[in-house]
Amino acid sequence: MRRSGLRDMPGFAQIFGLCVFLLYTPLIVIAVYSFNASSSITIWSGFTLDWYKEVFTGIDSQKYRDAAVNSLLVAVIASALSTVMALAAAVGMLRAGSFRGRSISFGLIGLPLLVPEIVTAVASLIFFSFLGLSGSFLTVLIAHTVFCIPFAYLPISARMQDIPDLYETAATDLYATKWQAFRLILLPMLLPGIVSGYLLSFIVSLDDFLITNFVKGNGFETLPTVIFGAVRTGIRPNIMAMSSLLLLISIVLVLLSYLIGRQGREKFRI
Amino acid sequence: MAGDMQSARGTSRLYQGKGPWLLLPAWAVIGIFLLLPVCLIVVYSFLTKEFHGGVIPEPSLAAYDQFFFDRGIFGDDPPRIEWNYIEIYLLSFLQAGLATLFCLVIGLPSAWYIATRPIRLRQMLILVITVPYWVNLLIRTISLKFLIRDEGPMNAFLQWTGLLDHPLHLVNTSYAVQLGLFYSYLPFMVLPIFASAERFDIALSEASADLYSTKWQTFRLITLPTIWPGVVAGSILVFVPSLGAFLAPNLLGGAKTYMIGSLIDEQFKGAAGNWPFGAAAATILMSVVLVVLILNARSQIKLKGAG
Repeated sequence: MRRSGLRDMPGFAQIFGLCVFLLYTPLIVIAVYSFNASSSITIWSGFTLDWYKEVFTGIDSQKYRDAAVNSLLVAVIASALSTVMALAAAVGMLRAGSFRGRSISFGLIGLPLLVPEIVTAVASLIFFSFLGLSGSFLTVLIAHTVFCIPFAYLPISARMQDIPDLYETAATDLYATKWQAFRLILLPMLLPGIVSGYLLSFIVSLDDFLITNFVKGNGFETLPTVIFGAVRTGIRPNIMAMSSLLLLISIVLVLLSYLIGRQGREKFRI
Repeated sequence: MAGDMQSARGTSRLYQGKGPWLLLPAWAVIGIFLLLPVCLIVVYSFLTKEFHGGVIPEPSLAAYDQFFFDRGIFGDDPPRIEWNYIEIYLLSFLQAGLATLFCLVIGLPSAWYIATRPIRLRQMLILVITVPYWVNLLIRTISLKFLIRDEGPMNAFLQWTGLLDHPLHLVNTSYAVQLGLFYSYLPFMVLPIFASAERFDIALSEASADLYSTKWQTFRLITLPTIWPGVVAGSILVFVPSLGAFLAPNLLGGAKTYMIGSLIDEQFKGAAGNWPFGAAAATILMSVVLVVLILNARSQIKLKGAG
């Protein structure tokens, strides 16, 4: 009785309720109003799917489709590249003993999280212009790969820390090569962490606006940059519909990443 | 034994000697495409502005001079302190500080509440906080703007209930920017505090209660110092991005409420821009962030030394 009493602080449950209410109200409201039949968008006047139709078949639909393809291409490739590098980095950090430069590597891998986004954006723009690279798919891809690395690294290294090296040691004792021990033992056990890291960097890449907007140049657009361009003139219902779709995609990917990560943890509880 | 402890934490020496090679790709990519460019910003801030954007490779202090000093329209008056940009920085500090404070007021109790639930419920509740953390910031900001507009659903609701007789004007005020920062970064406060609160041993509180301390005394004197690292981490995760925020001031603040992010952004957009000045503004922001991070690292070392 006393135990639970000490855990429960008066008012904290209400504050938590308020916290959830504040976080979700804007998202729920925009999702609900994206089905609003009235184009004046404030007064509710019945259910419609017109705005979703407009996203896919309206005047601007070609622009949105191109932007969506760009966003997906960048996200798929950038998160694949960063996941592979993060995997190698995690093995280097956690399976290679200690060496010079190991402790500074934590800082370097985490650097994209520490530098304010606007500074990263400016830095990338200046660097690419210094190299004479004009904004394009390539510059956006490079910038995304950089800031995705820590997001891929964290779940992979967390998972690797949970796996003692005795399985791999047993394999090498039985004359497996180190590569075989990695491929046949560590990699399958790490898989949930890898998938989770890939999905998280995928979301981060898909969501990025500020850095993309600096390095994209003219003519190359991703979904967030076209949406930002469109809301300059006011929040139209088709933007709300598109936002709701993106919301849904993010939420599904987060849940997927969470479920895969959890399933992995439960399977290998050691 | 050190070796045993290492393998218990999942580290090992299986690939002894290969560490630098395995880390090389990540080092190279982050080093070349982030660390080097950040250093390049500092260099650019000391170069001469070229009209139509870009720089001329001639050393100059003009950018910093423009930031700190006012020399009149023709540039030949005796220099006076230019408050314009310093004010923008101070205002951004105030906004970021307030956002951190508000996030703490809501985030700390929420994190404690989640951390003290039974395991199943705890996992579910923390997921509820994690989902908005990963949702597109642009879309979250647009949603907030839609909600609080003069003719938006919030005002419609407040007028319908009779609490207000005219709409509450929020958009394009600094209150909206504050709300936007708070709303953007609230999950960043809850998650680290939760991580340290989850490891808190409730037996400590019980011992304190056995010695006749009240609930609040226990929370203030026992719990809070124990979860303090989480509070500090959360505060940094809210303060640093708030300081350089772009979307909340830009979409919710309009032209009148300027923050560092918009100031820097403007220097790189179109012919009216000034790259060295933007680079100087970014360098100053980066220095401030570095000071915050170093202070934090030093206080952590002190904590470790004391503990």
